[in-house]
Amino acid sequence: MNPARRRRAVHALITAWTLAVVVFIYLPGATLALASLTSTRYFGFPIVKWGLDWWRKTFNSIEIHQLLEVSVKIAFIVMVVSVAIAFFGALAFARYDWRGRSIYQKLVLLPIFFPQSVLGLALLLWFNTLGLDLSWKTAVFAHLIWVVPVATLVISIQVYSFDPTLEEAAFDLGATRWQVLREVTLPVLLPGIVSGCLFSFLLSWGNFPLSLFTTGADSTVPEYLYAKMVVGYTPGVPVLGTVSTIGAVVILLGGYGLILMLRRSRDRRGTL
Amino acid sequence: MARRGSWAIPGPGPRAALPLVLLLLVGFAAPLLAILDYSFMPPRTFSLTGEPTLENYVTIFQSTSYLSFLWSLALATVTVAVLALTCYPISYGLVRVFGRWATVLTLLFTIPLFVSENVRLYGWVLFFIKNGVLLGALKTYLGIEFDSWLFTSSATVFGMIYVYLPFMLFPMTLGIAMVPNETRDAAFDLGASRWQVFREVELPLSMPGIVIGFLLTFVLAVGAIAEAKVLGGQAIIPVTHDIEIAFTYAQNWPLGAALSVLLMLVVGALVLLVLRRFDLDTILGRR
Repeated sequence: MNPARRRRAVHALITAWTLAVVVFIYLPGATLALASLTSTRYFGFPIVKWGLDWWRKTFNSIEIHQLLEVSVKIAFIVMVVSVAIAFFGALAFARYDWRGRSIYQKLVLLPIFFPQSVLGLALLLWFNTLGLDLSWKTAVFAHLIWVVPVATLVISIQVYSFDPTLEEAAFDLGATRWQVLREVTLPVLLPGIVSGCLFSFLLSWGNFPLSLFTTGADSTVPEYLYAKMVVGYTPGVPVLGTVSTIGAVVILLGGYGLILMLRRSRDRRGTL
Repeated sequence: MARRGSWAIPGPGPRAALPLVLLLLVGFAAPLLAILDYSFMPPRTFSLTGEPTLENYVTIFQSTSYLSFLWSLALATVTVAVLALTCYPISYGLVRVFGRWATVLTLLFTIPLFVSENVRLYGWVLFFIKNGVLLGALKTYLGIEFDSWLFTSSATVFGMIYVYLPFMLFPMTLGIAMVPNETRDAAFDLGASRWQVFREVELPLSMPGIVIGFLLTFVLAVGAIAEAKVLGGQAIIPVTHDIEIAFTYAQNWPLGAALSVLLMLVVGALVLLVLRRFDLDTILGRR
């Protein structure tokens, strides 16, 4: 075989393998969606009776509404707080040179490189020591410990490609620090901030190990599903699982579209 | 940094870092210290101020808990090995083969990160279960009947490989993207074979990303809790499960704390050892 043909063959193999893995990744999601469309009490394949009965029942349930509410509330607060802290955290991570930066960078990584179930238990113990009652509020705090470092990394990647001379030029033109932040730093870093928002919201939305130990009497969607799935088959589980998957996809695609739009308008203005 | 002189001490770096550092002190360092303290408390007590004792650690080494420990480490090792082989061709493709399709594929690989692992694992349960998608289809269309392989130790590993795939894939892709094209071309021009280029150029230069992928997957897999329960049907009891039992049913917090401390020691030593060797600025793309 000549080199060009061999190269093509290797590339074809890589492509085939990648597509196979994509199918593998989405197989369980597809199975859940299929199961959610079954009208019978138990799931069996091939499906005997199709229908949306379980979707209707799930959406009419007050319990499910409460679950969704708690999950969205936690994810939203986690997102806002995370991105506020992570924005400055990322500037310290990637933009400024300061003594202790390299230790700081490692400190930020530690919670990410840490078994989450153990972190959840450690926090449970800590809340107990402080005498705090467990509720969705303590879960927000628990999520932050893991989500803020991730958001910091995500925003840092954008900060690394940020040209500091832009800020300096603005200062030299007489802008105040607040003006520089609002007119230069924030707009340039906006795509990174949007990615940070997306990651924060969605990681909190999908989190299970931290919620398991820190929500107390409140329950999030992943926790509820877990409690139901370990005791046997509940027809509402595939429905709610599908809802949480579709929710994540919609938010992610929406956010990605927003980032593309921001990039485009920035390129048009020619600021970078 | 032209204006640094006019800003108050401390400089902008430490001030920007302050909120995050405070958060991690209160929410990460302090809980870990609390768990360390708890591990020296008498069994079945719920206070941090008892008479310190080594009893919990003695109990662990005399019981079968160390087996769970070994299981967890073994499962994590297998997961890392399989994922390394699975992800390398994909990462390579994302950087060098797929071109503009790489973005779409990256997005496709990102989405599962945001769906909680137990939901996705449950999808596999319905796929593999008796009368599920796979066995039901085989039975109906081909007339073959198999026993379900759910609730075995291999199903647990399968679940871990599935859940942690993105955590290997993305750092690995970053690593491969760090190898400059010119260096590869130069090696080829100098007459190196494909294998030589891979071994002497590609692999060493992409090592930081690959090792970070190994580390991240290993740590997460050691801490995995849902896989063994949902897919494995408790055919294997990983150490995280022992810890959870100690904290919940057994109501023996000091024992659970001691197990957690041992797990943290293994993971912490590994992480610090590896992270010390890398410059994060280069990996994350500082120019």
